[in-house]
Amino acid sequence: MSVVTPKDRRPRPGRTGVPEDATTEAPLALWFSDGWIVTRRNLTKLKRSPDMLVFAVLQPIMFVLLFSQIYGGSIEVEGSDYTQYLMAGIFAQTVIFGSTFSGSAMAQDLKDGIIDRFRTLPMSSSAVLIGRTNSDLVLNTLSVVIMMGTGFLVGWRVTTDAGSALAGVGLLLLFSYAFSWVMALLGMSVKSPEVINNASFMILFPLTFISNAFVQPQNLPGPLETFANWNPVSALVQAVRELFGNTGSVPVPDAWPMQNALPMVLVGIVLLLVVFVPLCIRKFASISSR
Amino acid sequence: MAIIEAAGLEKTYSSKTGPVHALAGMDLSVPEGTVKALLGPNGAGKTTVVKILTTLIQPTAGSARVDGLDVLRHPKAVRRIIGVSGQYSAVDENLTGFENLDMVGRLYHLGASASRRRAQELIDQFELTEAGNRPVKGFSGGMRRRIDLAGALVIRPKILFLDEPTTGLDPRSRISLWGIIKDLVRDGTTLLLTTQYLEEADQLSDDIVVIDGGRAIAEGTSDELKAQIGGHRASVSLLEQADAPTARAVLGRHGDGEPVTGDDGRSIEVAVSDGPLALQLILAELEEAGVALHDAGMRRPSLDDVFLTLTGRRAEDSTTSTASTASTTSTTSSDSTDGTAGKETAA
Repeated sequence: MSVVTPKDRRPRPGRTGVPEDATTEAPLALWFSDGWIVTRRNLTKLKRSPDMLVFAVLQPIMFVLLFSQIYGGSIEVEGSDYTQYLMAGIFAQTVIFGSTFSGSAMAQDLKDGIIDRFRTLPMSSSAVLIGRTNSDLVLNTLSVVIMMGTGFLVGWRVTTDAGSALAGVGLLLLFSYAFSWVMALLGMSVKSPEVINNASFMILFPLTFISNAFVQPQNLPGPLETFANWNPVSALVQAVRELFGNTGSVPVPDAWPMQNALPMVLVGIVLLLVVFVPLCIRKFASISSR
Repeated sequence: MAIIEAAGLEKTYSSKTGPVHALAGMDLSVPEGTVKALLGPNGAGKTTVVKILTTLIQPTAGSARVDGLDVLRHPKAVRRIIGVSGQYSAVDENLTGFENLDMVGRLYHLGASASRRRAQELIDQFELTEAGNRPVKGFSGGMRRRIDLAGALVIRPKILFLDEPTTGLDPRSRISLWGIIKDLVRDGTTLLLTTQYLEEADQLSDDIVVIDGGRAIAEGTSDELKAQIGGHRASVSLLEQADAPTARAVLGRHGDGEPVTGDDGRSIEVAVSDGPLALQLILAELEEAGVALHDAGMRRPSLDDVFLTLTGRRAEDSTTSTASTASTTSTTSSDSTDGTAGKETAA
């Protein structure tokens, strides 16, 4: 057996890693570029997994068609045509479900060990999370555009102006972005990527179904009606309906969040970000592949 | 002066069956420009040591410095000078080999053009041309390991950490990777390597730390460790198993300590202090007794012998391990899980 003889080896000058002043860029610029590099990496993954992209495109189309064509004829909403009423609900549900991707992708990255690579690099500690939530935002934007197109085909219309419509789209995306951080935290906390889908559905189904997305809260049994009226998803849907001009003459429930849907959603978005961004960053600083 | 220094490292996880001490007072010192191997069975705590030194996890107690920098207080400064290649290939499957390396360079903040240049250099140096322009998924484990190792070298790190670099590789890929690692350390990179392969530690390192139950139980060059347990081994292999008792008696008379019989019942060996002379006497006496031999010879003690002597069990046979004072995980869990077997207790 041969043994390496180390005696003649000596440290070579210049082998010193990255010098402190390797870059003159400001921390903020570095934070921005780190986040962008990870975003680009995630989008490349999307581009190279056509099955994922097809699913991301088809699912919103399917949701719009299924709900509008199947329930459209059976569900009555006083004061509005169901398709008009429904669409904001479908949009909200789809973008919120879309944000679960942040969770499963974080869990998968953790499992694959790539998180360990990132965590041993001198990069910004939030860049991986920023990159993750950013790429979900891109995917959700695509999803909203597709849904609006499909909605248009089945008779849905925006009755306000372009500015309000854009604000509605912005609100949907902002909410889903904030929700991505919740899901990212969940993704870093579960033991395996397989768990994350079940775990997130346990949260998302009640959250989106016990709301005004598909039905009028006043038709729900007592406690569920209260939950639906105070559910942030209801506020989102209500605000988006208002911005798209899809409220018709549907009576607005008496609850405060329903009467003040837009401020309620904005407060909700800020709260989610204020709570979950720091939690995610803290969690990220201690995770490692298993 | 030591470039890696750790004292009294402890890492405790809570699990359903109670606290798990992945590390129980581990000390380590690696002089600059040398290669040190952490050798031990699965669950000994090797990966946990590397994860602490590379800022991935925080120890429950103890301190560690890398190039004079406290890993707890200055993790980012530590990350600027180290290269890490973990037990699992930390490569993005959907990116090409080139894109993986380019991304790592940019996240080291080398800048776009320097990152691209370095990525291409590494692709050429590691003969990764094939994987350079195609997504990593679909390439063999050996290729992934090479890309991962290249990722650890993007900045020409001052200190390199390789956690079980060849685990799971076929023998050919293993030897090829050994060649690459030997080239790397020739010009003075400090390397801390973990392995459960005795031969690997022997091949690559200057100095070996034998680790078991979350602490170092022996340290030295491979020759020093072997010297600790005495000189050579005289071994005979019998044609007839029936001769075993006779042969054992003969070997016992000329050796130091009890002869050891192999699993096949025909090979017997014993430690001897006076080398070839003892073998000559043994052979002469066996011939007199009419014992027919299939093979006979001398061998230097292996690191497996070292481990057996130090711990009372074989390094590669962790299933027979008795629960040591510190580790409750060494029987079944793999080293990769020893760091994360349970929920982390508050550090």
